[in-house]
Amino acid sequence: MRVEFDAVTVALGGRDVVRQASLVVEPGTVVGLVGPNGSGKSSLLRALYRAVRPRRGACRIDGRDVRDLSGRQAARAVAVMLQDPPTDFDLSVEETVMLGRVPHHASFGRDTTEDVEVVADAMRRAEVTDLADRMVATLSGGQRQRVMLARALAQQSSVMVLDEPSNHLDISHQHELLSTVRGLGRTVIAALHDLNLAAQYCDRVVVLDGGRVVAAGPPRQVFTPELIRSTFRVDVRVLGGHDDPVFAFRRLDTADDLTLAPPIDLPAESSISS
Amino acid sequence: MLALGLLVVVSGAVGSVAVTTTQAAQIVIGHLVPGMPWMSDGSLTPLQDQAVWQFRLPRALLAGLAGAGLALAGALMQVTVRNPLAEPYILGVSSGASVGAVLVIVFGSAALGGLSLNLAAFAGALGACLCVAALARKDGALSPTRMILAGVALGTLFSAITSYLTISTSAQNVVSVLFFLLGSVSAATMSSLTGPVLALAAAVVVAALLARSLNALMTGDESAVSLGVDATRLRGLLLVVASLLTGTVVSVAGGIGFVGLVVPHVARIVVGADHRRMLPVTVLGGAAFLMGADLLARTVASPTEIPLGILTAFVGAPFFLWLMRRGGAERAGFGR
Repeated sequence: MRVEFDAVTVALGGRDVVRQASLVVEPGTVVGLVGPNGSGKSSLLRALYRAVRPRRGACRIDGRDVRDLSGRQAARAVAVMLQDPPTDFDLSVEETVMLGRVPHHASFGRDTTEDVEVVADAMRRAEVTDLADRMVATLSGGQRQRVMLARALAQQSSVMVLDEPSNHLDISHQHELLSTVRGLGRTVIAALHDLNLAAQYCDRVVVLDGGRVVAAGPPRQVFTPELIRSTFRVDVRVLGGHDDPVFAFRRLDTADDLTLAPPIDLPAESSISS
Repeated sequence: MLALGLLVVVSGAVGSVAVTTTQAAQIVIGHLVPGMPWMSDGSLTPLQDQAVWQFRLPRALLAGLAGAGLALAGALMQVTVRNPLAEPYILGVSSGASVGAVLVIVFGSAALGGLSLNLAAFAGALGACLCVAALARKDGALSPTRMILAGVALGTLFSAITSYLTISTSAQNVVSVLFFLLGSVSAATMSSLTGPVLALAAAVVVAALLARSLNALMTGDESAVSLGVDATRLRGLLLVVASLLTGTVVSVAGGIGFVGLVVPHVARIVVGADHRRMLPVTVLGGAAFLMGADLLARTVASPTEIPLGILTAFVGAPFFLWLMRRGGAERAGFGR
């Protein structure tokens, strides 16, 4: 499915956190949203899965405004891999993954054999089959994130939204997650912090800063040292080849560095020994 | 299976009320099915018949209905505000009902335009609930935290009114007030069952239809929305259903405590938090618990009767604490 953000403006607490953001995600592609904290990545995504209503503009799926869809229609089109959900009342891993089937049913009724198969498959892909009977609250952050991935997979939507999916994951699971998601052939929009992951797994990246789209395109065209410096306020060196770039970051040399007090002279040896 | 087991307990509780269990069963069946031989062959005295059919049965039924209703309302409130401490009275429903009831007791029905105690209690319950909903509303959504805080604050206010009215009235009225506040099913008649039956039936249907959505709501508003469940609308609906149910029960049976808080937790410990399994256990468990409690309430210290609310807390609290400590309670989210 084709996802389109058309001049979306999102206000939170009276302040515009996303301003006139427009972008198109072609079917079957993986698009990474990057940008510093507070740049509006999550808010833009929330407008797509209807957790927030845009103040202006619209999010469209195959040309239809998501606000015109019913809740269940929207949830069958777009699945979200959320961060830590509350666990005041705890469900087992399998029950949590089964929640992905909610939009496929009228509210009443048992799980069908199809549900059970879809859930088993989703748990296998997300590598949480062994955890099926554990309570979600007893899992580590990374395990929980894989459970949330399985839940999103079980939703069988053609669009997947991932909001900072690799937060708690160890490095091998970060790559596992993104290559799993890539391998699905679904349309994926992921908010990512790690530019190296974004460069490696995304067909296109979209850079947000201050709620605006400041750049969009293939990672190696977008991630220039100039853009990274102006957006993320870090210096970057690009290592590796043109097709497989690796970014090494270091803090910007700021004026502060130059005005640091000179090193304190060591006291004379005699005063130490005394 | 568990439900069946509980049903056996329920029927056992009803049966053992009678002069003898068999006779009681005979009387109940005889009234329901016409032409039973024992109803006319003189083996049962009219007194026995009257005691069972007009006094004990409605009472047991009301206890069961109230227990089921409060437990269900408690389970719904807990997921509505997503807080394990929630109970049917968290939105000030019982304190609102108390104000209504106490007004009638203290000033008399005539002073309030002929409003009966039950109706006044019901009006008080709904009034409290509407106030809380209005106060908790912001930008068209009901915030769970605001609901709890508004409920607690209003509840305290209403309790203060009740306490003032109680302390400034005659000693005889004080006993009536206390009896209402602690809850009792002793005044049950067959006709007083109608309200609770209707409210419970409606709530059970709604809860059954919503069971999956409730699971989604339990994992947070954002999560519910991403699963296609409109959290705001669902919360509003649940609030209405739970409040009507609680208000109906409280207006007939008074402020029976503890059932609505604890039975849902026990159900979660037993079958997990999935509402499709947990709600039936909650309803049946609540019914069985309160029927059992009422049985004790009128036998333990007979011929005097212990108010039901005292008994539910006295028996229920230790049982619940034992269950909570016993392990396996992780299923209810007590693992942390």
